[in-house]
Amino acid sequence: MARQIGEVILDLRNISLSFGGVKALTDISFDVREHEIRAIIGPNGAGKSSMLNVINGVYHPQQGEIVFRGEHRKDMDTHAMAAAGIARTFQNIALFKGMSVLDNLMAGRNLKMKCSFLQHALWWGPARREELAHRRKVEEVIDFLEIEHIRKTPVGRLPYGLQKRVELGRALAAEPSMLLLDEPMAGMNVEEKQDMCRFILDVNDQFGTTIVLIEHDMGVVMDISDRVVVLDYGRKIGDGAPDDVKNNPEVIAAYLGTQH
Amino acid sequence: MQFFLEVLIGGLLSGVMYSLVALGFVLIFKASGVFNFAQGAMVFFAALSLVGFMEKGAPLWLAFVLAFVVMTLFGIATEKFVLRKMVNQPPIALFMATIGLAFFVEGLAPLLWGNAVRPLDIGLVDEPIPWILDNWNMVISSFDLAAAGIAFALVAVLALFFQYTRVGRALRAVADDHQAALSIGIPLQHIWALVWAVAGFVALVAGMLWGSRNGVQFALTFTALKALPVLILGGFTSVPGAIVGGLIIGASEKLAEIYIPPVMAGWFGGNFGGIEGWFPYVLALLFLLVRPEGLFGEKHIDRV
Ligand SMILES: Nc1ncnc2c1ncn2[C@@H]1O[C@H](COP(=O)(O)OP(=O)(O)OP(=O)(O)O)[C@@H](O)[C@H]1O
Ligand SMILES: [Mg+2]
Repeated sequence: MARQIGEVILDLRNISLSFGGVKALTDISFDVREHEIRAIIGPNGAGKSSMLNVINGVYHPQQGEIVFRGEHRKDMDTHAMAAAGIARTFQNIALFKGMSVLDNLMAGRNLKMKCSFLQHALWWGPARREELAHRRKVEEVIDFLEIEHIRKTPVGRLPYGLQKRVELGRALAAEPSMLLLDEPMAGMNVEEKQDMCRFILDVNDQFGTTIVLIEHDMGVVMDISDRVVVLDYGRKIGDGAPDDVKNNPEVIAAYLGTQH
Repeated sequence: MQFFLEVLIGGLLSGVMYSLVALGFVLIFKASGVFNFAQGAMVFFAALSLVGFMEKGAPLWLAFVLAFVVMTLFGIATEKFVLRKMVNQPPIALFMATIGLAFFVEGLAPLLWGNAVRPLDIGLVDEPIPWILDNWNMVISSFDLAAAGIAFALVAVLALFFQYTRVGRALRAVADDHQAALSIGIPLQHIWALVWAVAGFVALVAGMLWGSRNGVQFALTFTALKALPVLILGGFTSVPGAIVGGLIIGASEKLAEIYIPPVMAGWFGGNFGGIEGWFPYVLALLFLLVRPEGLFGEKHIDRV
């Protein structure tokens, strides 16, 4: 196997997050290692998306600490996280619907562009060359995801499954070192799911991208992830290799609903 | 027929000016979801700055550049001191903030530049174009034609800018989805400042054209009210909508002014002049009943 799971690069320590009276996350700790595929699972409303939002700085936890690549922080900041190489997709697809697939992916490379906004606005020579270089990179992503045929189509007109794929493309266009995927296969048919699985595994394998993934399909999760963390009602009830988690009585209870 | 065409063309040309003011609204609304009540005040402020610099001896081009700098600074300051403090507030709070901003600007502008009505001469004359008069026997004002040309060029440049530059792409991205734009590292704050500066530029061009026709005076702030029916017709989020809406309003108000009073007088007797003043609003109201999202606006479907 090409990839080798490395050091812990993201360490979440005793994270608590609440919205008014609603406790979304209570005292959760877990870590992510370089190059691994890390899954977060749990029933609806367990706090999975909130966890992802804490990691990329959309939500700011009231308690806890985050260590990212050796840097200790109270919370994260979306711009800084994007700059640090974290890209993501959203549970409810958040694409730029009026723009073409190509433009969506180009927008994904925003932070890679060195020339200033002003230089681009003035259509200045180096800025134009830069645009072309980025265009090549984006075409690579388009090839990789096999979406050549729709590159000029406005995203809003694409079927749901393809939109999910384009959203992954926009994240990949940033050449991230860590990818956060919030239910990348939700609402897909079997064939689309298989494609998506293949893309995720290929990204991880070929580029060594660390992947944190939320997914409801147990078959998929157990198949592709290296380690799984299980949340229920905002608490962590399991953490470990897929097989350990599968046999954890608390996890089984949460999924069968016997405890609640 | 000739007369009809003459009225129609005159209306369309003046409609371009409405489009211009509406465009300022649409830009800000698209990028930040704020209905900017201060747009009219910005038109006033921009025109007054332009005249102010010219009175101090600057030639038109220099005064224009300086006024643009003023409007850009104004845009940046608005983002920094008003919008940034109010992120995640409901739209109505932001709307109220722009009302405050409007009063502030309306007070500040005369303080800086004095409050007399000032003529503004940008070298355009308001006369019938002889060539058209000779060949088609129609009165088309050279001023209207030039103003429409300028406005049209501005709109074209903006459209190209949005479609083909990185900044334009970032702007469209922010307009489509804030959260996603943030996640790919587009700095919302820079984009907002930029949009306000561009809206300031549009206000400057509008202020220059309106001001040179009617004089630079407080009444320029009311141009914003003229933009309202245009926005209802064209949709608040659509640049093409602002343009088409402006043309429709411009043409229909002029036609209504000419053709409705005789009919009304025939039915009821009396004088029915001044229809131009209220016709756009009635048109907008009727339109609101039929197609509330506007001609080009996105239909808003709430999931339940
Ligand atoms: N912005 C918010 N404001 C208020 N409450 C929120 C917000 N975001 C999440 N919550 C609450 O936090 C809890 C966890 O939500 P979260 O979306 O993280 O769950 P989830 O595990 O992703 O669920 P699902 O599988 O349905 O996506 C829920 O009770 C939810 O209502
Ligand atoms: Mg979720």
